[in-house]
Amino acid sequence: MTGSEKLEEDDVPPETTTEDLLRLGDIASGSEQPPAAQPEAPVVFDVRDLSVFYGSFRAVRNVDFEIHQHQVTAFIGPSGCGKTTVLRSFNRMHDLTEGARVEGTLNYHGIDLYGADVNAVEVRRRIGMVFQKPNPFPKSIYDNVAYGPKLAGAKRSELDDIVQRSLEQAALWDEVKDRLKKSALGLSGGQQQRLCIARTVAVEPEVILMDEPCSALDPIATGRIEDLMDEIKAQYTIIIVTHNMQQAARVSDRCAFFTTEVNEQSDTRTGILVEFDATEKMFSNPSDERTENYVTGRFG
Amino acid sequence: MTTIDLREDADVALHPSSDVRVTTVTMRRRVRNKLATIAMIGAFLVAVIPLGFVLVNVTQQGMKVVTKDFFTNEIPPDTGSADLTNDVLAKYGGTPTTTQQTSSTQLGIGPAIVGTLLTTLGAAVLAIPLGILGAVYLHEYGRKKRLASFIRFMTDVMTGVPSVVMGVFIYSVWVVHYGVDGKSAFAASLALGCLMLPIVVRSSEEMLRLVPDHLREASAALGVRTWRTTTKVVLPAALPGITSGSMLAVARAAGETAPVLFTIGAAYNYNWRFHGGNVSLSQFIYNQAALTGPTALRLAWGAALTLIVIVLVLTLVARAISSRLSIR
Ligand SMILES: Nc1ncnc2c1ncn2[C@@H]1O[C@H](COP(=O)(O)OP(=O)(O)OP(=O)(O)O)[C@@H](O)[C@H]1O
Ligand SMILES: [Mg+2]
Repeated sequence: MTGSEKLEEDDVPPETTTEDLLRLGDIASGSEQPPAAQPEAPVVFDVRDLSVFYGSFRAVRNVDFEIHQHQVTAFIGPSGCGKTTVLRSFNRMHDLTEGARVEGTLNYHGIDLYGADVNAVEVRRRIGMVFQKPNPFPKSIYDNVAYGPKLAGAKRSELDDIVQRSLEQAALWDEVKDRLKKSALGLSGGQQQRLCIARTVAVEPEVILMDEPCSALDPIATGRIEDLMDEIKAQYTIIIVTHNMQQAARVSDRCAFFTTEVNEQSDTRTGILVEFDATEKMFSNPSDERTENYVTGRFG
Repeated sequence: MTTIDLREDADVALHPSSDVRVTTVTMRRRVRNKLATIAMIGAFLVAVIPLGFVLVNVTQQGMKVVTKDFFTNEIPPDTGSADLTNDVLAKYGGTPTTTQQTSSTQLGIGPAIVGTLLTTLGAAVLAIPLGILGAVYLHEYGRKKRLASFIRFMTDVMTGVPSVVMGVFIYSVWVVHYGVDGKSAFAASLALGCLMLPIVVRSSEEMLRLVPDHLREASAALGVRTWRTTTKVVLPAALPGITSGSMLAVARAAGETAPVLFTIGAAYNYNWRFHGGNVSLSQFIYNQAALTGPTALRLAWGAALTLIVIVLVLTLVARAISSRLSIR
């Protein structure tokens, strides 16, 4: 009765779902191709004039850039400038936030992610996310990793393989292989974060969004996750938010620098994209003064 | 003198130079602490005294009538006029007669126990699933929507409605409609269910609220639909709380009198079915107490003790379940 309206909202009508699946399916098969030479790497996301609102507050405005396949793109910028906000619009996470609204176009392989016939659930299946704070389910390690594939319809017999492969990819297998049935909450913070990465890769997304995945980790665990990104970027397209300049310089191919623009009249702060370029250029010879100040630590 | 002192006033020992002021502050803090502790214990005692008095009194009076057969014997009809049982007569110095036969061993409340369990079970089956689904709608789907706010408000209103109104409500829509046959354990279940529903909704919603949003986001980010997220992640995480909340609602319903009064009818023999007149402990206590004869009163005391024990057991079960489930 009462719940049905929202349920329908949630499950996009069947005819559009199938069509959409087909469309997205064609593209996903393209992702198996070997990475092209960097400048010509195919565009995965084409962002045009993106603005995100929380209620009437415009948190980010007029963002334009592209994300390329099999590359690591880093978002850097001072706290509160809207990096998380932009990142969450890539997998329609804002749908879950009361009052959040996205404007502009965000094309994923040419499909407008916010188009009327796009199924947000299917979008999130293809575009996974690792959160700033490790957030494993209060279930066993095994069940955490098997959760996504199981609900996506993987067979029981395949699950063991998927779990092992995903944990190996996340460089966690050796540490947990003897206690797969133990609670994930018993792992250390760094292990939990790698478990969350394993959980994300288990559903084989095409894109992985990472929101400051290392902010709670020590340098060793951070190093492992950076190595991991380097390894898996041949298979995935990665976008990472980080406050760590060295990390951005180490892991990313391209870099987007955001900052906050203060509007004197209305006394509001809006995030804007200042510069988007190859990481090398951003760190050696940025074209905007604000970028230079930020990456050299002279941010005022 | 540089050893670290772990006593309460260690700060004094560590800073011997700043002596006087620190000491008086500590003294004052201690006195205040003592006073607050005494006040709290006092408040606790004030709250516990009536409860203890009720428990002791009911136990004393109840134990006089409770025998092994008390729980299984059928209810003696006509307890109002069969006042002077042989025991009672003996106690008050009367002469035992043969015409008035209701001896202690024949007293019983078996059907009322069955009726209470039956009506409570019925109410639980009606109200708990509906209540949990309602809470899931309110918290997982409705959130701040108008409809959700409206339902939430009405639920709060419903929680505050006197329980007798629930009884009258079911009486007017069910019992009146079906005539004499309308009074049954099922009708009583309906009334108790109406009483339980808002409690289950609100306590379950509260428990869903305690499930951190980052778990929902984690699940959604894997491409899992809201409904699956709810059943696979959110509800399991909230289960201990929802269970204990529901059990407490059940315990509350088991002890309610007013909703049952107009809806259950009457019975002296066992009735294991949901239709046909039945009898519950609470209604039985009410009726017997109204009769005022010694036998009726003894039955009422015995039933009261039984009911308290049943409610206590349900509450303990609720606690046990929730602590068992929350161990991870
Ligand atoms: N759910 C929300 N509701 C309202 N405003 C929000 C919400 N989330 C973020 N904001 C606002 O949007 C702006 C951008 O926030 P965002 O979290 O994207 O910043 P960030 O760049 O990720 O910062 P940090 O580096 O500290 O994580 C901030 O002004 C913030 O207060
Ligand atoms: Mg952030």
